[in-house]
Amino acid sequence: MAGRLLLLGNEAIARGLVEAGCAVATSYPGTPASEILAAVARWKAETGAPMHVAWSVNEKVAFETAYAASIAGLRAAVSMKQVGLNVASDPFLSAAYTGVTGGFIVVSADDPGPHSSQTEQDSRRIAAMAKVPVLDPVSPRDAMDLVAPAFALSEAFRIPVMLRPTTRVCHASQDVPVGDVRPLGRRADFRKEPARWAATPVHRSRLHKELVEKVAAIASYAPTAPRRINPRVKGPRAVVASGVAFAHAAELLDAMGLLATLPFYRVVQPYPLHQAFVDRLLAEHSEILVLEETTGVVESQFRNRAKVRGKESGTVPEAGELLPETIEGILARFARKRRPARRDPIEAPGRRPTLCPGCPHRASFMAIRKAAPRGIYPGDIGCYTLGTNLEAVDTVLCMGASIGQAAGFHHAYRQAGQAVDIVATIGDSTFFHAGVPALVDAVVQGARITVVILDNRTTAMTGNQPTPQSGFGVLGEPTAAVDIEALVRGCGVTYCRVGRPTRFPEFLALLKEAVAYARENGPAVVIARDPCLVDRAPFEKPPARRRMTVSAACDGCRYCVTRFECPALVYDAGENRVRHDVLLCSGCGVCIHVCPKKAIGEAPDA
Amino acid sequence: MPERARRAKRQAPRGAETRAPGKAKARPPRRGAGRAARKERPALPRQARGGVAPAGPPGGVRQQIVVSGVGGQGVLFVGRLLAEAAMARGLPVLASETHGMAQRGGTVIAHLKVGPFTSPLVRPGQADVLILLKEESAASHGSYLRRGGWAAINAPSAPAALAGAAPRAVDADALARERGLGKAVNLIVLGRALGDPPAGAEGRPALFCTPEEIRSVLRSRLARQERLLEASLAALDLGIAQTIPARH
Repeated sequence: MAGRLLLLGNEAIARGLVEAGCAVATSYPGTPASEILAAVARWKAETGAPMHVAWSVNEKVAFETAYAASIAGLRAAVSMKQVGLNVASDPFLSAAYTGVTGGFIVVSADDPGPHSSQTEQDSRRIAAMAKVPVLDPVSPRDAMDLVAPAFALSEAFRIPVMLRPTTRVCHASQDVPVGDVRPLGRRADFRKEPARWAATPVHRSRLHKELVEKVAAIASYAPTAPRRINPRVKGPRAVVASGVAFAHAAELLDAMGLLATLPFYRVVQPYPLHQAFVDRLLAEHSEILVLEETTGVVESQFRNRAKVRGKESGTVPEAGELLPETIEGILARFARKRRPARRDPIEAPGRRPTLCPGCPHRASFMAIRKAAPRGIYPGDIGCYTLGTNLEAVDTVLCMGASIGQAAGFHHAYRQAGQAVDIVATIGDSTFFHAGVPALVDAVVQGARITVVILDNRTTAMTGNQPTPQSGFGVLGEPTAAVDIEALVRGCGVTYCRVGRPTRFPEFLALLKEAVAYARENGPAVVIARDPCLVDRAPFEKPPARRRMTVSAACDGCRYCVTRFECPALVYDAGENRVRHDVLLCSGCGVCIHVCPKKAIGEAPDA
Repeated sequence: MPERARRAKRQAPRGAETRAPGKAKARPPRRGAGRAARKERPALPRQARGGVAPAGPPGGVRQQIVVSGVGGQGVLFVGRLLAEAAMARGLPVLASETHGMAQRGGTVIAHLKVGPFTSPLVRPGQADVLILLKEESAASHGSYLRRGGWAAINAPSAPAALAGAAPRAVDADALARERGLGKAVNLIVLGRALGDPPAGAEGRPALFCTPEEIRSVLRSRLARQERLLEASLAALDLGIAQTIPARH
C-alpha cells in the first residue's frame, strides 16, 4: 500500500517498525509516546504481518517481553515515554551488556517543556549511562526513515539501539511517503549461551569490556555519521544541531540568509558522537554552536570545550523547550547579526486543565474531602492528578507513589504518636502498573491508610488504552482479564469495597466507613467504579443522564464553581447565580449533593 | 514593493492557480537572492533536507496557521481537516498538536504549516491565519499573527486584542445552541474562516483551501457516520454564511 499519508510522528515510527519487519512490539501508554503501539497494531491488522503487539502492565515488563523476542532472533521494539524508561532502566542497563540477536529498538520519547510529564529528563543521558547508541529524529518522516538503520545498527553490533523522538516529533504530523510491508519470515530460535544471557558477575566484566569496544566502533559507524548540510560553505563559526532543534534551525538559517555563511551540520547519532567529526570540527572552526534538546549530550562529547557554545556554556537555555523563537535569537547573536525585532511572547499558561464535566473522579475527590476533612491526600499519575485543583491531591511524585507515600506519611506521624487520616488516590491502570507492590508493603507494615482506586476501566489520560482488567487488547481483541478486587484481596487487604462515586450519598458513607476502618486496623481499599466520560464502553450500565436545573434558591455563592469546579456549572455575574451549560453537562447529578443551598435539582420532564 | 502588495501578489486567490500547478509561473532557482525570493522558495540545498524538508510545492503555496481553543472543543480536528485538505492538493504539510493532560479542558493549540517548511512550530508574529475557538485566547495568542494576517474568532464581536487583524467574528456558541449543533462550534468557526472576508480586509490572503475541499475531507472522514457528517456540514455552512461586519 505504498503512497503518501498524513502521519503523526508516532504513527510514522510505527510504520517504520512494521515495514522493517518488527515481529514483537510492546509498550505502556504515556504522553508523548502513546500512539505508537496502536498504530503498529492497525498496520499489523491491515497488512496481515505476523506480529505480537501488546500493551504491557508497565514499561519494565514491556521491555523484557520485547527483549526476549530479540534474543530469540526476531526484530523487536518497545516504546515508552521518558519517565517510563526510568521504570525500565533496570533491564535496559543490563541488556546493554548482554546484547541482542535480532534488532532491538527502544523508543523513549522525551518531553521538553515539559508538556505532559514530571521531568524534562534527557533519555540520551540514560542511553549514554547504559552505553547504548541513540538516534535523534528531526521530523515524522525522518523518524520513520531512521527505524530501518536503527535495526541495522542493532544487528551489526548486537546492541540495543535507542530512538529518541521528542514531543515535537511524536505529535507533529507530516505528509510521509510510505513503502511496502515485507515480513522477514524469521522464526524464533533462542540459542542457549548462559555466559551471556544468564551472565553472573564474573562474565559481566567481560561483557562490559565487549560493550566498551562496541561503543568505540559505533563512534565511527558510517551510516549514522553526522551530515554536513552546506558542504561548500567555509567559515570560522559552525552550527551543529540534532533533533527538532535541527528542524527549527534549518528553517531559521534559511530565512535569515545564514546558510551561505555558517557551516551547518546535523547530528543523527548524539551518542556515541562520531570521533572523526569532533576532531574535524575542532580543527576547522574556532567557535561551534550546538543546538539540542534537552541537555548538552552532543556538546559534552567535544573534548576541547573552549570552542563550544551550548547548554553547558550558558549560550542555550538549559531548562524548557527550545522554541524556534529562542533559537532565532541565539543564531543571530552567534552570527553577530542584529537580533530580530522583539515580538510579544506568547503567554504560556492559558487555561489550566480540569477534569471533564461529569467526570466521576470529581465526585470521588469531593467525597474524600468530606470523609477525611483534615487528611493528607497523596495522589498519583493520571487525569486524576487534576484533583490538585480540588484540593484533594497533595502530592504527585511518580507512577504508583501514592500508596508508598501514604504509608510513609502514616509511619512518619505514628512514630511520634500523631494521628492523621491519609487517603491516597490511584487510577486502575496506575495501580496495576506500580501500585501493587506498594500495597503489599502497606499491608505488611500495617500502614493505616485508605486507598481509593479510581477505577474507570481505562487508561484515560493517554487516550483510553485498555487495562489488565479490560479483557481486550490493543485492537479490541479478547484477552484474559484480571479482577482488581481479587488482586487487592490477594495483596492481603482485609477491607475492600466497591462503590459508585456518582451515587454520591452512598459513596460518601462507604468512604467514611473505610477511613474509620483504616484508623483502627490497617489499609482499607475503596474501588470507586464509574465510567470515563470519554469512554463509557467498558461499562454495561453507565449512569443515566439526567437533566439538571438550578432553582431560585441559588444565591450566587459560587461554592459549586470554585470548590467542585465542574465546567458545566457557569456563574452568571449579571444575575448573580449559577446555570448549567447544556452543551457541557453530562447529567451525572452529583452537583445536587454539592450545592450548600440545595438549589440544584433534576429538571421536571419537559 | 511594499510588503503587503508583495504578499498579495504571491498569494493566489482562493481556488485559482494554486490548484493548477501547470499555470504557476516557473521561477528560475535563485541562489542567495533577495528576501522575497527566499520566502517563496527555500535556499536550503537538497542535501540539507536529508529527509527533513519537502520539495517545493506546486503553485508555491506557503501558509502558516494557528488554531487555538480548549480541550474538548475539537482544535485538533480543525487542524487535521486543514492538513488533509492540503494533502489532497499534494502540498507538503507539517503540523503540531497538543496532547495529554492539556486535552482535559486546558489550552490546546494546533500549528499548521503548508508549504516547504522544516520546523513544526509557528513562531510569534509569523502566522498568516489564526483560528480562535475561544474568545479569551485572543489576548494570549493574538501575537502569533504576522502583520497583514487575519483571525477568525468565536466571539459575539471582535475583541480589541485583534484590532488590525481584520477579524472575522462569529458567535459560534450561540449559533450552536440555537441550531442544536453543540459539538460543532469548531466547524462553525472554521466555516467563518472559509467565508467572505469582512470589509476592510482586502489584500489579506485567503485560506489556502476552499469550502468545498473541506467538505470533501469531512465526507471522507465521516463516511460511515451519516448523522455526524450531516451536522458537521451544516455547522460548516452556518459559519460560511455568517458575514458579520467587524466591530472595532
